[in-house]
Amino acid sequence: MSETSLPPVTTTPAAPTREETPLRRFARSFIEDRVALLGLLVFATIVLLALAAPLIAPQNPYDLAAVDVMDSRQPPGAVAGEGFTMWLGSDGVGRDLLSGILYGLRISLMVGAFSGLIAATVGMTVGLIAAYAGGKVETVIMRLVDLQLSLPSVLVALILVAALGKGVDKIIIALVIVQWAYYARTVRGSALVERRKEYVEAAQSLGLSHARTVFRHILPNCLAPVIVIATVQTAHAISLEATLSFLGVGLPQTEPSLGVLIANGFQYMISGSYWISVFPGLALLMTIVSINLVGDRLRDVLNPRLEK
Amino acid sequence: MAAFILRRLAQALFVIGAMLVIVFFGVNVVGDPIYMLVSPEMNQEQIAETARSLGLDRPIWEQFLIFLRNAVQGDLGRSFVHGESAIKLILSRMPATLELALVALFMAIVIGLPLGLYAGLKPESKASRAIMAISILGFSLPTFWVGLMLILAFAVGLGWLPATGRGETVSVLGIETSLLTVDGWQHVALPALNLALLKISLVIRLARAGAREAALMDYVKFARAKGLSQSRIIGVHILKNIMIPIVTVLGLEFGSLVAFSVVTETIFAWPGMGRLLLEAITRLDRPVIVAYVMVVVVLFVTINLLVDLVYSALDPRVRLTEAST
Amino acid sequence: MRNVATFASRAAMAAALSLVAGAAVAQELRIGISAEPSAMDPHYHNLTPNNMLARHIYEPLVGQDASQRLVPGLAESWKAVDDTTWEFKLRQNVKFHDGSPFTADDVLATFQRAPNVPKSPSSFSAYVRGKEISKVDDHTIRIKTAAPAPLVPTDLSTFGVISAKCKDTTTEEFNAGKCAAGGTGPYKQAEFVSGDRVVMTANENWWGGSKGLWKKVTFRIVTSAPTRVAALLAGDVDMIEAVPTSDVAKLKGDKNLNVVSQVSNRVVYFHMDHFRDVSPFIKGKDGSEIKNPLKDVRVRKALSMAINRPGIVERIMEKEAIPAGQLLPDSFFGTSKNLKPVAFDLNGAKKLLAEAGYPNGFKMKMHGPNGRYTNDTKIIEAAAQMFARLGIETEVETLPPANFFTRASQGAPGNVPEFSFILVGWAAGTGESSDSLKALLATFNPQKGMGATNRGRYSNAAFDAKVEEGLRTVDDKKRDAIFGEAMEIGMNDVGLIPTHFQLNTWAARKGFKVEPRSDEYTLATSVAKQ
Repeated sequence: MSETSLPPVTTTPAAPTREETPLRRFARSFIEDRVALLGLLVFATIVLLALAAPLIAPQNPYDLAAVDVMDSRQPPGAVAGEGFTMWLGSDGVGRDLLSGILYGLRISLMVGAFSGLIAATVGMTVGLIAAYAGGKVETVIMRLVDLQLSLPSVLVALILVAALGKGVDKIIIALVIVQWAYYARTVRGSALVERRKEYVEAAQSLGLSHARTVFRHILPNCLAPVIVIATVQTAHAISLEATLSFLGVGLPQTEPSLGVLIANGFQYMISGSYWISVFPGLALLMTIVSINLVGDRLRDVLNPRLEK
Repeated sequence: MAAFILRRLAQALFVIGAMLVIVFFGVNVVGDPIYMLVSPEMNQEQIAETARSLGLDRPIWEQFLIFLRNAVQGDLGRSFVHGESAIKLILSRMPATLELALVALFMAIVIGLPLGLYAGLKPESKASRAIMAISILGFSLPTFWVGLMLILAFAVGLGWLPATGRGETVSVLGIETSLLTVDGWQHVALPALNLALLKISLVIRLARAGAREAALMDYVKFARAKGLSQSRIIGVHILKNIMIPIVTVLGLEFGSLVAFSVVTETIFAWPGMGRLLLEAITRLDRPVIVAYVMVVVVLFVTINLLVDLVYSALDPRVRLTEAST
Repeated sequence: MRNVATFASRAAMAAALSLVAGAAVAQELRIGISAEPSAMDPHYHNLTPNNMLARHIYEPLVGQDASQRLVPGLAESWKAVDDTTWEFKLRQNVKFHDGSPFTADDVLATFQRAPNVPKSPSSFSAYVRGKEISKVDDHTIRIKTAAPAPLVPTDLSTFGVISAKCKDTTTEEFNAGKCAAGGTGPYKQAEFVSGDRVVMTANENWWGGSKGLWKKVTFRIVTSAPTRVAALLAGDVDMIEAVPTSDVAKLKGDKNLNVVSQVSNRVVYFHMDHFRDVSPFIKGKDGSEIKNPLKDVRVRKALSMAINRPGIVERIMEKEAIPAGQLLPDSFFGTSKNLKPVAFDLNGAKKLLAEAGYPNGFKMKMHGPNGRYTNDTKIIEAAAQMFARLGIETEVETLPPANFFTRASQGAPGNVPEFSFILVGWAAGTGESSDSLKALLATFNPQKGMGATNRGRYSNAAFDAKVEEGLRTVDDKKRDAIFGEAMEIGMNDVGLIPTHFQLNTWAARKGFKVEPRSDEYTLATSVAKQ
C-alpha cells in the first residue's frame, strides 16, 4: 500500500528547505489538509487492526468448532457461551461480529487492494500502449476493452466463479477482469489528448525514446483522471464484491468478507437485528471513506496544473 | 465518417462472435441446465427425454453448431424456461430497464452536475465540503443496502412512494412506457435514485475536478479579465471543457447502468431485463443469457459509437483515428 | 447506532399508522408471491408457481385440500373397479369460462395435450403415461393401467383440465390469454406480464358459487424476501407468501398483521456417500486416504445423534420448522408413528463413533446449495459446528444451486454423484410418501425409474422390496402400513439424515384471513375477507 509507506507525518510544514525532494514536497502538501490526514490515520488504523486480527479477535470466526449456533443473533454486549462478551453482537450462525469484522476487513482490504493494483497496472499499461502506438495495436486493444466492458460484470463473475470455484483468489481475478478496462479506456482517452500537445512533439523531436516519452511525459499527465478512477474503483471493487455476495456468487460464506457479512445481515434489517448488517456496513463505510479521502487529496496534490 | 461507422459495425460483429463463444461454453461449465428445469419427482427416463426434446443431450459443440445454423436464419433460440423466443422475451422486458436507466442517468446529471460545478468553483466553502462528503458516501454504500434503506424510509416509513414494481404503462408507438403516467413516475423514483446514486457521485467528482482545472486555465482567466459574466464563463467555457470526460464516462456508464440494474431490479421487483438475466443465470437458461449478452453488446457498441462521435464534436483536437489508419 | 435503531422503530411505527390509514381496497386482493411462473400454459411446466396460478383457472379432476388430502374436484367421486381400472364420475352442470359445458371429451383432450406440450422443461407426462383413458358416457371416464396403480387419483390431482377447444393452443397463446376461456376455475385470466404480475378476475358462474370470490386478484412477483416484507409493510400488497424466517417474529408482533403457518411437505436432510469405498471428500485426520466411514451404520447414526435438531429449529429457523425423524410429517399418508426425530446425544454419538473405529473422528467436507432452501447455508454451517464437536473436522462449501445440483447428481467421472455429504431438501408434491421413498432411498435404477434423486446411492434390498410392494397395493389402508414399514427400514438404517420440516408461512394485513397450506401454494380461494 503506497499510503502506508509515506514518510512519517510528524514533520510540521516548515519553510521550503533548499534541497526539498519531490517526495518530501508531496508529503508536506499532502498533510496540509487535515481531513485527508485524518483519512490517512483512520485507514492506517484499519489496516493495522486487520493485520492484527488473529491476535486481538476474541474468536476465530472461521473455526466452526469455536462458533456455536446457540449464540446466534445475540445483541451487542451479550455474553457468548464460551464466556467472552460479544461487544457487537453475533450473526445468524453465532459468529462474534467483532471477530467477524476484524477478519472480514482482512479479506475485503486484500480483495480491494490486490484487484485494484493489478487492474490499474494492466489497464494503464494497455491504455498507454494503445494511445501511443495507435494503428492496428490500438484497434485491437480497444476492441478488447469494448469486449470487456460489454460483458456485464455480474455475468463475468458468475461464469468465472463457477468455472474456477469460489475463493478469494478467484474473486480477485474476476474483479481485475471487470476493472482493468476502465483504466485502459480512461488513460487512453486522456493520453490521446496529451499526445497531440506540443510538449510531446517537442520530446519526440529531441529524439527521446518512446518508453521515455510515454512514462516520463504522457503518463504523469494522465494521472489525475487515473487517480479519480482508482479511488472510485477501489471503493467499487469492495462494494462489487458485496454485491456479488448478495447475488449469491461472492466469497464463500465460511470465510466472510465485510460484503458477505452485510449480505447475510440484509435479511435481518427489517426484523430489528440491525447490528448484523449495520456494524460490518459501518466498517466498510469507514474503510472506503478513508480510502477516498486519501485518494482525493492525492489527486489534488499530484495534479501539476493545480499546483501552479 | 461512413467508413468509420462501417468499421465499427464490423468490429461489433467480431465482439458479438467472441462473446457468444465465451458465454455459450462458459454457461456449460457452470452446470447442466436440465437439473434446474425438471421437477425433482421426475425419474431418469423422463429427465433424459426432456433433455432430448431441448437438445441438451448432444455434445456442447454440436449444440453450438445448431445454434449458429439457426442464428444465421435469424432464430436465436427459445428460452428453456419460458419456451418463448429468447430475443422476444428480452425485448419485451427492455423498455422497463431502459426507462429505469434513462431516469437514473438523467438524475445523475441533473443532481450531480450543478453540485459538482459548485464544489469545483468554490472548493473552500462549507457547502462544497458537504457535497464532497456526500459524494464519498455515495460511493461507499453498497447499492442493495441503500435500496432497502430507501424502501424502509420512503415507502415503509414515510409512505410517500410505492416500494415495489412498475407503475401503470401507456403504449407509445408500440412501446410500453410508464414515464407518461403519474403512477409510473411514483414507481420509478426510488429504484432510479438507487441506481443513480453511484453515478451522481461520479458526476459530482468529474464535474468538480474539471471545473477546478478549467477555472485555472488561461482562457478562463482571460475571459474573466475580459469581464465576461460569471454565468457565461461557467455556461460556455467551463461547461464545454468538462463535458468531455463527463460525456465519455456517462456514455460508458449507461451501458453499465443497464447491466447493473440487475441488483436494483431484484430489490425493487422491477420487471426489467436485468431480473430476467438473473433468473436466467440462476436457472442456467442459456438461450436467454446468450440473447441478453448480444442485446447488451449491440446496445453498448451503439453507445460507444455515439460517444466517440460526440467526443470528436466536443473536442476537435481528437480525430476519429480509426478511420484514418 | 442509536440513530439507526430509532430510525427503524420510527419506520415501523409510521408503517403501522399508514396501515391503519390505507384501509383495504374492497373486493380486490393483492398478493406478493416469491417465485416467477414461467408460463400461463397449465401443462407447460410442472413448477410450483405455475401450478399454483393454474389452479385458479384450470381445475384438476381431483383436488387437494390444505393438508394435501384428496378431495373431489371436477370429478365428484372415483373408485377402483379392479386392481388396474379406475372410474371417475364427472361433476354435472360445470361450465367453462366461455359458457360451454364441461364433459368427458374435455378430459380426453386434456389427456392428449398435457404430456405433449412441445419443449416443455418439465412435463406432466409422468402423471399421464401408461394410463389408457376411455369415455363411458358424457360424465363418466375410465382409466386402465397395465399394472396395479393405486396412485391414479393422486396423479390426476396434479394438472388442470382445459376445454377441448384449446387442445391445439400453444404455450405462447396461453400466455397471451388466447385461451382465456379454456378453464372452469373460480378465476379467469385477465393479464399476464412476464416477470411482473398476473391479474385474475372472478368467474361469477363458478360451480362452487361466486360468494367469497374476490372481484380482482393481482399476483405481484417479488422474489427478494426483505423486499416482499417491505411491500407488505408499505401496503403495496395485502398479503405475502414465504415470509422469511427472520421476520416472522416481528410480523407476528404487529397487531395490524396476521401471520399463519402450517407444517409443510418439505423435508431438509443430509444425503451421504453410500457407494464408494473411498469417498472423495473424507480423509483421515492426518489427511491420508481412509475407507469410507459412512458405509458403517454406526457412523451414520453417530452423525445423526450429533445434530441438535431443536437447536437448528430454534436458532436458525426461528421456530419456523419442526424437527424431522422421517421424510414426511407423520400426519401424512405412508409415514410411521414410531419414528421420532433422533435425539441430540453428543456423548452417545462419540461412543458410537469410537465403537466404529473412529475414536478421533476424521476429516470431512460438506457441500450444499446456497439460496435454494430456507437458510440452507446457515443450516449446513450449524451442522458443521455440531460435527466438529463430535471430533469430525468439518469444512463447508456452498455452491450456487445450478452448479451444486449438476455436481451432486453427476459430477464425478462416470456421471455419478460427486460429493460425500450434502444438504438437500425434498417436497412431496403428491402429499404422500411413495414419491419420496421411491426417489430418495430406493436403489438407483434408471430402467425401473427408481432412485432418480438418490444422490447417496443408498441401496437396501429389504427397503426396495417394501416400496415395490406398496406401489402395487391398491388398498389404501394396507399401502399406508407398507410405506410406513419401508420408511422405518430406511430411517433405522440411516439411509439419509433428516433434520427438519419447514413451515409454510403467510402474512396478511388485518381484514384478510389466510388458510395456510402444507404445499407451497398460495391460493386466492384460501383467503377470506374478515
